[in-house]
Amino acid sequence: MEALRLPIAMFLQHLANAISLGSLYALVAIGYTMVYGILRLINFAHGDLLMLAAYVVYYSQGMFHLPWPVSISLSVVVTMCLGIVVERAAYRPLRDSPRTTILISAIGVSFLVENLGLVVFGGRPQSFPLPRFLDIGSATQIGSVTVENITFAIPVVTLALLYALLYIVHKTKTGMAMRAVARDVDTARLMGIDVDRIIATTFALGSALAAVGGIMWAMKFPQINPLMGMMPGMKCFIAAVFGGIGNVSGAVAGGFILGVAEIMIVAFLPAISGYRDAFAFIILIGTLLLRPTGLVGEKAAEKV
Amino acid sequence: MRSNKLIAILVLLAVFVPLLPGCIGGGDVNIGVYEPMTGSSAAGGQMTYEGIQLANELFPEVLGKKVRLFLEDNKTDKSEAANAVARLIDQKKVVAIIGSYGSSLSIAGGNVAKTKQIPVVGCSPTNPLVTKGNDFYFRVCFIDPFQGRVMAKYAIDNLKAKTAAIIKNVQDDYAVGLANYFKEAFISLTKDPKAVLGELEYNTGDQDFTAQLTKTASLKPDVIFAPGNYGDSALMIRQARTLRITVPFLGGDTWEAPEFMSIGKEAVEGATFSTHYSVQAAPIDASKKFVDAYKKKFNKDPNAFAALGYDAYMVILEAIRVAGKAEPLAIKDALVKTKGFKGATGTITMDANRDANKSAVILQVKGGKFQYLTTVEPF
Repeated sequence: MEALRLPIAMFLQHLANAISLGSLYALVAIGYTMVYGILRLINFAHGDLLMLAAYVVYYSQGMFHLPWPVSISLSVVVTMCLGIVVERAAYRPLRDSPRTTILISAIGVSFLVENLGLVVFGGRPQSFPLPRFLDIGSATQIGSVTVENITFAIPVVTLALLYALLYIVHKTKTGMAMRAVARDVDTARLMGIDVDRIIATTFALGSALAAVGGIMWAMKFPQINPLMGMMPGMKCFIAAVFGGIGNVSGAVAGGFILGVAEIMIVAFLPAISGYRDAFAFIILIGTLLLRPTGLVGEKAAEKV
Repeated sequence: MRSNKLIAILVLLAVFVPLLPGCIGGGDVNIGVYEPMTGSSAAGGQMTYEGIQLANELFPEVLGKKVRLFLEDNKTDKSEAANAVARLIDQKKVVAIIGSYGSSLSIAGGNVAKTKQIPVVGCSPTNPLVTKGNDFYFRVCFIDPFQGRVMAKYAIDNLKAKTAAIIKNVQDDYAVGLANYFKEAFISLTKDPKAVLGELEYNTGDQDFTAQLTKTASLKPDVIFAPGNYGDSALMIRQARTLRITVPFLGGDTWEAPEFMSIGKEAVEGATFSTHYSVQAAPIDASKKFVDAYKKKFNKDPNAFAALGYDAYMVILEAIRVAGKAEPLAIKDALVKTKGFKGATGTITMDANRDANKSAVILQVKGGKFQYLTTVEPF
C-alpha cells in the first residue's frame, strides 16, 4: 500500500487491473464476432447465453456439488445445446428474410431469455460459488502490485480459445465449410455443403465461447442475476466493432483496448470516473463514423 | 386462416382479461404498491413487500371495506417506476400508493402521482428530493441529511477517523445525495475543509471497481464511505480486500440485505452502516405484534425494510380511518396530520416536509450477521 504513493507503482497496479478487465472483454467479444463473421448476424442473445452458463454452474455447484471440471463442461454443453435451439427456433425460419428481421428476432430472443431467467431464477442476485484458490483475498503479490488470481487465468483462456478457434476456422474441413457459407450460402449449398448443419455448428461454437466467457465473468464478479448478460453484451459488442466485427483477432485487440481505456480513464481523470461507460459508447460511435471496418477489419465486399 | 383468427382472439383475451378486475370491484379499497421486485434492487423491494403483505393480512379491512393490494414491479428502472405508478392509478384505480425502495425510483414515480393527485407513502426512500415540492409524497423513514451525519459522527467518534474518501454510484440519486450529506457533515465535524480526500464515481451495472479502489487507496483515507446498492457494494468490498486494501468501509441503509453478506462473504466483515430499525434494539411495544407475526409467517428475524413496509401500510390505513372515506384527497389531508403514530419502527410524525423524524440504528457485519451497535437519536 505504501508503494502506491509512487506513480509508477500505481500505474502498474492500474495496468494489472486493466489487463484483467480487458482480457475478459476480449473473451466474450470473440464469441460475438465469430458468429457475425460467419453469418453476418449480430447475435444479441450472446450476453444472455453467458448468463445461462453462469446459472448452470451455480446450480450444479450449489445443488449437486459436482466437481469443478464436470460443472464447467456441463455448463458448456448445456449452453451449446441452448444455442442450437435458439438458432433452430428463432433464426433458421427467418434465413431467407431480410437481415433486419433476423436482427429483431435476436433482440426478441434476448428479452425472452432475460425475462424467463427472472421468472425461473428470481430477480435477486445470487452469490456465485468459487473454488478456494479464486475466493476472497486470493491474490498474488508481485512487487508492489497485487494481482487477483483470476487475472492470470483469463488471458490464458482467452488466447487458448482464440488459437483453437483460428485453428478450427482455418485448418479443418468444417472451418472451410464455415468460410464458404460466410462467402456465399447458395454456392456453398451447390458445392454439397450442408448449410443448416454448418450454421448450427457455428452457433454451437459461439455458445460454447459465451459459456466460457460467462463462467469467467462470474468468477471475476461473483454476483449473478438474470440481467447480468446485458452489460457484457453491450461492452463486448463495442469491443468487437472496435476491433473490426467479424475478425476474431480484432475482437481480442478491441477487448483489451476497451478494458485498458476504461481503467485508465478512472486512473488519470478521477473527476470524470462516472463517465466511464459513456466513454465506451464514444468509442463505438467514433469507430462507426471514422473507421466502420474497425481496427483490423478488412473491407468486406458487401453481399447484395 | 380460421385458426389464426382464433389465436388472435385468444391472445387479445389473454391480454385484456387480467385487466378486468381493476375495473370492477368498486366496493373495495384499492392500495397500490410499486417496488423493485426484479433488477439490481430486487432484494429491497421484496423485503419491503413482505412487510406490506403481512400488514394487509393482519389488518385486511378499513371502514368495513376490504383492502386490496395491487403490486407493480418497477424493475429497478426509473421509467418503469413512472409507468408502474401510472398503471396503478389508471388501471387499478388505487386511492393511495406505497413505494418505492430506491430514491431515484420514488422521484420518478412521485412525479406521476403528483400530476394524477394520488397520495404516496414511501417506505425507505431517504433522499430529501422525494418529498420536496411534492405535496402528495410522504414517507415513514428519516432522510439522508440525518443519515449522512450519523455515519460521519460514527466515523469520527468511534473509528477516530480524520480523513475519508467516497466512492458512489453517480446514477443513483440516493447514493449521490447521501455521499454529499456525509461529506458536508464530515467536514463540519472535523473542522477540516480537506478532510474528504477524494470522491470517485461508478455507474449502475458496473462490476469492476478496481480502478476506483486503487485510486482511493493511494489517497490513504481512514475510512471509505461507499453508499450504494447492496450487491455492487459487496462486490466492491470483495475487490478491495482482494487488492489488500484494509480501510474500513461505511455505508447506508441499502446495505441491509442478506445478499450483502452472501456476496461479500468474509470480505464484508466489519462493514458498518446506518439503517432504520433493528429487531435487536430496545423493543418498542407497537413493534412486538409486527415482530411476532413476521417471525411466524417468514420464520426469520424481520429487517428494516419489512418493518417500514408494514408501517407505510398502517399509516395509510390510519389516514383512511381518520378521513372517514377512501378518497385520495381526503387521505392526503389526513396523512399530513399524522402525529405520534405508533409504528413497528417507532413513533411516526409527519413534519412540514412530509418526512418522519426518527432515530437511526447502526449495524455492523459480524460473524456473517448484522450486529446491532447503537441507536442514534435525531441531532
